[in-house]
Amino acid sequence: MSRTRTIKVDYLARVEGEGAMYVRVRGGRVTDVQLRIFEPPRFFEGFLRGRRFSEAPDITARICGICPVAYQMSAVQAMEDVCAVPVDPQVRALRRLLYCGEWIESHALHIYLLHAPDFLGYESAVHLAKDHPAIVERGLRLKKAGNDLMTLLGGRAVHPINVRVGGFYRVPTRRELVPVTEQLKWARDAALETARWTGTLEFPHYEQDYEFVALSHPDEYAITEGRLVSNQGLDIAVREYEEHFVEEHIPYSNALHSSLKDRGAYLVGPLARYNLNFDRLSPLAREAARAAGLGPTCRNPFQSIVVRSVEILYACDEALRLIAQYVPPERPSVEVVPRAGTGYGCTEAPRGILYHRYTVDDAGFITDAKIVPPTAQNQKAIEADLRAFVDPRIDLPEETLTWQCEQAIRNYDPCISCATHFLALRVDRE
Amino acid sequence: MSTPVDADRLDRPRVLVIGVGNPYRRDDAAGREAVRRLRDRAPHVIATLEHDGEGTSLMEAWQGADLVIVVDAVSSGVAPGTVRRFDVRSEPLPAAILRDSTHAVGVPDAVELARALGRLPPRLIVYGIEGRAFDAGEALSPEVERAVDEVISRILGDVQVEGGPPADA
Repeated sequence: MSRTRTIKVDYLARVEGEGAMYVRVRGGRVTDVQLRIFEPPRFFEGFLRGRRFSEAPDITARICGICPVAYQMSAVQAMEDVCAVPVDPQVRALRRLLYCGEWIESHALHIYLLHAPDFLGYESAVHLAKDHPAIVERGLRLKKAGNDLMTLLGGRAVHPINVRVGGFYRVPTRRELVPVTEQLKWARDAALETARWTGTLEFPHYEQDYEFVALSHPDEYAITEGRLVSNQGLDIAVREYEEHFVEEHIPYSNALHSSLKDRGAYLVGPLARYNLNFDRLSPLAREAARAAGLGPTCRNPFQSIVVRSVEILYACDEALRLIAQYVPPERPSVEVVPRAGTGYGCTEAPRGILYHRYTVDDAGFITDAKIVPPTAQNQKAIEADLRAFVDPRIDLPEETLTWQCEQAIRNYDPCISCATHFLALRVDRE
Repeated sequence: MSTPVDADRLDRPRVLVIGVGNPYRRDDAAGREAVRRLRDRAPHVIATLEHDGEGTSLMEAWQGADLVIVVDAVSSGVAPGTVRRFDVRSEPLPAAILRDSTHAVGVPDAVELARALGRLPPRLIVYGIEGRAFDAGEALSPEVERAVDEVISRILGDVQVEGGPPADA
């Protein structure tokens, strides 16, 4: 057999959106890896200019159907930063609760319907469901628990509309939280079972020395706020983001690639959060991680499916804690008077940090917007992974190698609709 | 998600029309536009829902309905405005036909997942409207505008025929 081959995978299924991944193999070595994204990415940033500051949360929530809460939260944080709005502690708690719903929903979808089929040798969730309906039903019910929490707090499931700069339009009574509490107790048990189950999957032997980047908060597993930290010494305020991270345009992709200045690729998302904030998980979540075979450090991206399970468990645990302590704020929101300036927001979307920056004039109109979604930040890491992962496996049969490449990409739960819109994956071997 | 099906009309089959699409992607919004117009033309008669097409929440949405009609945009290379109708109980939905969702579990996946799990509604009809433009924006192409009206007429026909009294009533 020739030592020169070109691997071709024309379509990457089961990522959020559609794009292309291209891997070229020459002389038995990977010579090129490109994550290609075709859609012009900056539509929403342009769309926001000239809009009212108060519209940013609802407009940006449309960027992604899977993580609208993340977009709303980064947007309100940035706008509240511009306008120097104090956030009521109970409003803050409710936002964290809403965000827990999104983590549960998004992670359950990815684990059960998108990633597990890779590990179990099924072409898709439909094929998995035919053989193991009970497993898929558990995933769907878990996802629904997250959805129902989002519906209750966000006003509706798909694109929550209840979040506003300064607070919420309406806040729930304690009584309204009762039904969802019962559901979350079931979900917490199901999440424990999920962690146990994903811990039994077979993981390719693959580890990398990533630079993990996540928010970090002294008192909690960071979701809605914190400083940006890394395992290689980064420790900055959100407003310093652009002094340390750069975006560059890559000819083969319409999405901008992010990198750390002078250092290059970095990884955001569940694996980064877990490694940087393990000690701030709840005891139950830490214990489940250990029982599933994870230490406090995990450098195998394929095990992100276990980490997501642990994060679902944490989100259920945390949601129950927040509900137990909830006292409705006196007012659902405070009045916000716009003022000229620039504000910064960064929160932990299910896939990793989501950065927003807005400049607003003194009448409250947006004059400039910048949005850096997690998938854009992971693009370099995904490419580096494919390069390192394919090299020692170059002689695997075509179908096996392609399968494993797609599985490796799905480790990142890439959301191409956030990074742009459509991504089609292409791996190419000669 | 609260059930969009009118629970008061227990004597009649529960009909739900779901319009799928992204409101900011021009012709991708054809399904949403169809249910908006349907709501104007036949308020209180048919339950409607605008949806972004995420498959698992579609499965939640149609739970409890007897007749579900989904309207979605199509990108298959035929003339823009072409309308295709699929009776999903008797045939699988051609996955390559419907416009790829921005979500990994799209309409065809939802249908097949529901079939595998025994969660298909008793009657499920899918209308595909071939779009011309799917870039960022809010206006429908003229051919798609016309197709939306055609689909509304056909839906009203479906509801009369298929949504009539069940055979055992």
